[in-house]
Amino acid sequence: MITIAVADYGAGNLVSIARALEVVGAQPVVVRDAEALRGADALIVPGVGAAGPAMDRLRRRGLVEPIRAWIAAGRPFLGICLGLQLLFDGSDEDGALTLGALAGRTVRLDGAPTLPHIGWNSVDQLVAGHPLLAGIEPGTAFYFVHSYVVAPRDPAIVLAESEHGSRFPAAIAAGNLLGVQFHPERSGPDGLRLLANFVAIAAGSVAGVSQGAGARAEVPA
Amino acid sequence: MLSRRVIPCLDVAGGRVVKGTRFVDLVDAGDPVELAARYAAEGADEIVYLDISATPEGRGTLLELVERTARTVFIPLTVGGGVRAVHEMRDVLRAGADKISLNSAAVADPTLITRCAARFGRQALVVAIDAARESPAGEPGRWIAYVRGGRERTGLDAVAWAERAVELGAGELLVTSIDRDGTGTGFDTELLRAISERVAVPVIASGGAAGPADFVRAIRDGGADAVLAASIFHRRIHSIGAIKAAMAEAGLAVRIVPGVAA
Repeated sequence: MITIAVADYGAGNLVSIARALEVVGAQPVVVRDAEALRGADALIVPGVGAAGPAMDRLRRRGLVEPIRAWIAAGRPFLGICLGLQLLFDGSDEDGALTLGALAGRTVRLDGAPTLPHIGWNSVDQLVAGHPLLAGIEPGTAFYFVHSYVVAPRDPAIVLAESEHGSRFPAAIAAGNLLGVQFHPERSGPDGLRLLANFVAIAAGSVAGVSQGAGARAEVPA
Repeated sequence: MLSRRVIPCLDVAGGRVVKGTRFVDLVDAGDPVELAARYAAEGADEIVYLDISATPEGRGTLLELVERTARTVFIPLTVGGGVRAVHEMRDVLRAGADKISLNSAAVADPTLITRCAARFGRQALVVAIDAARESPAGEPGRWIAYVRGGRERTGLDAVAWAERAVELGAGELLVTSIDRDGTGTGFDTELLRAISERVAVPVIASGGAAGPADFVRAIRDGGADAVLAASIFHRRIHSIGAIKAAMAEAGLAVRIVPGVAA
C-alpha cells in the first residue's frame, strides 16, 4: 500500500484529507517532524490561511528543509490550496518568502466580485491527458476557499484554470510537483477521484524508483 | 463559473439531530452523519451543524460528531454554536470542520472575530447575524441584531454590524431573518440586499424558505451567494435536487450532481 505523508503544521482540517486518502486505498501518515517523513512514498502539503504564519510553523517543526529536499529529489508531491501557494517564491498576502521551488508569486485574485472566493467552481482543463485529471470531465466543479492565487512565471505548468472575476490557475503540474487551488478532500466523488489519481501517480513513481536509482535513500531525514 | 450553493442546516444537541421551535419542544430526529451523508449524495454543497447543546457533555459529543462527519462526508462542514474562544475554534477545526460560525460570542467581544481570523484565516470564519426588522412596512428597512438564539435584542443595527464584522475579519456572513424563520413566507430579500450591497464577502441567506422560488429570489433579489434551509429538507417537502433544478431553470449556476433525481 502506498504511504502518503500529510504535513501537519496547524493550518487546518487534516481529518478530511487523511480519511479521503484511506478511502482511495492509500495509507496516510500525519507528519509533524522530519523523522516522520521517512518511509513515506508521497507527500501532501495541505492548508488554508496566510503564507507567513504557515512558513513560521513549518520552520518551527523543522519541516522546511526536508520538504525542499523532498522536492529536489523529484519525489511525488501534491500541494493543496495554501500548500500549492507555498511552492512559489513568495506571497503578496503578507510578503512572506515561501519555498521557492517554482518561479512566480502568490497574488490577490484580481477583479473578484466576492472575496474570499468560496464555493464550487468549474475547472477548465488546459492540458489533455494528464494523469492527475484522469477520468475527470472537463468543467467539473470543485470546492474552493481562498482569496489569493498563484501566478507562475512559466504558464506552461498550468494544467487547469478557473474563473472568478479573472482566470487563475486551478491546478499545476511541473514534473513531480503537482498542486491544486481547490480542496479535493471536500469536493465529493470527483475530489476523491483526483486523490486516487495522485495515489496512482505516486505508486508509479515508487515502482520506477525501486527498479532503478533509489532516490528514496537520498532524502535526508 | 461559481455555483450558487444550497446548504442544509442541522440543529444538533448531544450528538443527535433535534427539531424544535425556538429551543423548546426538542424532538430527536436521528443521526446527523446519516442525514449529512444523504444530503451530500443529493447534491448539498455544504453542511452546517448548529450546535444547541447547553452542557459541557454536549460540547464534547459535538467534537466526536464533527470528526465522524468529516470521515464520512466529503463536502465542506461548518459548525456554529458555542465557540467562544480561539482555542475552541481550533478544537472544532482539528476535529474536521472547515469553517466555524460565530454569533453571540462575536457580539459580546468583536475582537474574537479578528483573533480567530488571524489564527485560521478569514475563509474559515463565518459570522452569523440574526436580524429582526424594526421599521414599519413601506419605510426604509432597519433591522436589529439579536443573540442567544434570537432571544436577546442587542440594539446593534444589523447592517452596520455586518459591515463591521467583515472589517474585523469575517470571511462570510450567514444572515437569518428572525421574522421569517420557520414561517415559510420566503427569505427577507430586503435585509439580504441591504447587507450584500455593503459587503464584498459571500452572504448566505437563511430563514423563511418554503419553495424553490424563494431560493431564486434570495439570490436574484437579495444578492445572496448561497442559501441555507432546514425544515423543508428535513420534512422532505423539497429535495435538494429539486431546488437546484428550479434554480438552474431560472438561469442560476448550480452544481448538479449526476444521477440525482429532482
